[in-house]
Amino acid sequence: MTVTDSQKMAYVAAQAADARVNLQFETEDGMTLNMGPQHPATHGTLRIVAQLDGEQVVRCEPIPGYMHRGYEKLCEVRTYPQVTTLINRIDWLGSFANEVPFILAAEKLMDVEAPPRAQVIRTILFELSRLGNISLFLGDLGIQLGGITIGFYAFRDREFVLNQIEAATGGRFHPNFDRIGGLKDDLPKGWIAETHLAMERMRRLCDEFEELVLGNEIFQARTRGIGVIPTDIATSYGMSGANLRATGVDWDLRRDACPPGLSYDLADWKVWTHPDGDSYARTWIRLQEVRESTHIVDQLLDSIPAGPIMAKVPRIIKVPEGEAWVATENPLGEMGYYVVSKGDLVPFRVKIRSASFNNISVVPWVTRGVFVPDVITILASLYFILGDIDR
Amino acid sequence: MSGLIFAIELAYWQQTLIKVLVAAVLIPTTALILGIVFLFKMMSWMQSRMGPQEAGPRGLLQLAADGLKFLQKEDIIPDRADRFVFKAAPVVVLASTFLTYVILPAGPDLVIENLPTGIFFAMAVSSLSVVGVLMAGWASSNKYALMGGLRAGGQLIAYELPLILAVMGVVIQAGSLSMQDIVWAQADGSMFGFGGLGLPFVITQVLAFFIFMAAIQAELTQPPFDMPVAESEVVGGFHVEYTGFRFLFFFLGEFATAFAFAAIAATLFLGGWWVPGVDPNSALANVVGPIALFVKIMVVAFLIFWFRFTYPRFREDQLQRFAWKYLIPLALANITITGILVVVL
Repeated sequence: MTVTDSQKMAYVAAQAADARVNLQFETEDGMTLNMGPQHPATHGTLRIVAQLDGEQVVRCEPIPGYMHRGYEKLCEVRTYPQVTTLINRIDWLGSFANEVPFILAAEKLMDVEAPPRAQVIRTILFELSRLGNISLFLGDLGIQLGGITIGFYAFRDREFVLNQIEAATGGRFHPNFDRIGGLKDDLPKGWIAETHLAMERMRRLCDEFEELVLGNEIFQARTRGIGVIPTDIATSYGMSGANLRATGVDWDLRRDACPPGLSYDLADWKVWTHPDGDSYARTWIRLQEVRESTHIVDQLLDSIPAGPIMAKVPRIIKVPEGEAWVATENPLGEMGYYVVSKGDLVPFRVKIRSASFNNISVVPWVTRGVFVPDVITILASLYFILGDIDR
Repeated sequence: MSGLIFAIELAYWQQTLIKVLVAAVLIPTTALILGIVFLFKMMSWMQSRMGPQEAGPRGLLQLAADGLKFLQKEDIIPDRADRFVFKAAPVVVLASTFLTYVILPAGPDLVIENLPTGIFFAMAVSSLSVVGVLMAGWASSNKYALMGGLRAGGQLIAYELPLILAVMGVVIQAGSLSMQDIVWAQADGSMFGFGGLGLPFVITQVLAFFIFMAAIQAELTQPPFDMPVAESEVVGGFHVEYTGFRFLFFFLGEFATAFAFAAIAATLFLGGWWVPGVDPNSALANVVGPIALFVKIMVVAFLIFWFRFTYPRFREDQLQRFAWKYLIPLALANITITGILVVVL
């Protein structure tokens, strides 16, 4: 395999960036602590370089890029139906939610609309992947703070949600189920009743979490007032999702700017906000989000209309020329795809806006002056998925 | 106190040999029992999962299998480590645990060494482990290990004080530092004139018992006080660089220490080997004693591990604040009250 000049340049640039950080941190006073790329608190390969004074963080810089897989470029050599297989792997805990905005953007370009039944089922699966994602957050937060029991509870109950996703789509982790103009298949028999039970189960997990973790004095001492992000900082760093709602901004794309193709208007739910903006608020918001999400699923399950699952779409999908931007409220925050088409089988350019990259960009600001254990708390409560940062 | 079992006269070297054998067999066995019963089985039931199933009947040999696995592993010493200190540290930690076992009475005659200042000796040697931990943290030439070691040093020193002060209440009430005498004081005591149940000091010294439990939780570096070894922060802390049998030493030391502290707590607060209804002067007490002590140890160890699986962990500064602002004043108040009551009553 030959190495092109641009690859060489990219390698040199990466080395130089690394060297800059190392030099900058090592030549100043104090101790430099290099967390990651392999560290249990970074759930993957995020590298965090912290300059310490004792246990106190003077400066801290996250260095993403260790898991960069070049998805935006890879999308350009895949046909539209093939792209969904790829983008499933961005936020791997809520895979189905990654497919939806891209499919909606393609539908927008092609001017197709999925039949109502497909729209409702799509919304249900969207919410199920949100549950699968955030319930893991609830467990992971406990593990990061040392209370590993809730982690196992979360894994146990999350299984019920994953089973439902698997029963409907055939894929436990990467469904690859959304199609332009509808869905791949209809729901299996008995799925609706079982999903109701799974939702009941998730609500019980929320109650357990509230008793075991949120009400715990040690947990409150570890999270209250730690990692406070004011509203203006959150908005200027482009944070979204639960992290933004935890700073008091009442903003949810599902309610405020729901793109056509998802049927959130059929359900009645509440968008919770918290005025504090600290780690506790972020956890609390996510807990309420899980609860509301189960209610959305319950309501939508009872209102699935009859009808076809696919609209009339040509076998070979050629998307007409144009540009489209669709963003949805994904488990981690706002996720959007900017798709540029030149009328080919493949997209000309795909820009992926994923939430975690913006959410962790606030880390240098928020970790100034905190203690090392607080860095862990803040990272855990900001909740990022490495695939979602690096794409 | 002339039990039938030890009526045979033994030479000094024979006694020593027996004692060494008892210690060499007892400590790994107790650590294994605690590890299996609590870390594997109880923890998995509390967390609604299965726990080990494959090794041996119902997975009971899992720890033995793990131990063998550790023995096979390569012994890696970091390049820039201080080799002698690095190698010595696990031995120091385990030695402090071994020494604690010396004074534990399991029956009227079943004690390795009945020191007149038994509890003082136990407190003194148990704080030796701090030295081993600091050695491990410093010698590893690893920043995480250093942070973990220093955290452990600060924490263990902060929690020695409430531990000793909590013991003081018991010592004042029993009027002796000897472990045997403390057991006898509980066996001979009476509650409101009713002597059938004796007087386990957990009833009069309930505050000291709770302080003692909190302090040993910190001594053992278990949640909620496990920041020296916190997985998600310092990735194992002082033993991050240890592999193979040296890691096994730390691992074994942790559970053996848990067992030793549970035994001390059982002796100080729950009456040790003494059982209501069994005449402590009879030979039967030497037979029932170890069983009774074991049951009481398991009760205390259950508490220790229950806390461990339930709570998230404190932050280092919060832990210090908890020790100096709450535990130590409470322990001092307990000593004062106990002293006054002992004089008045």
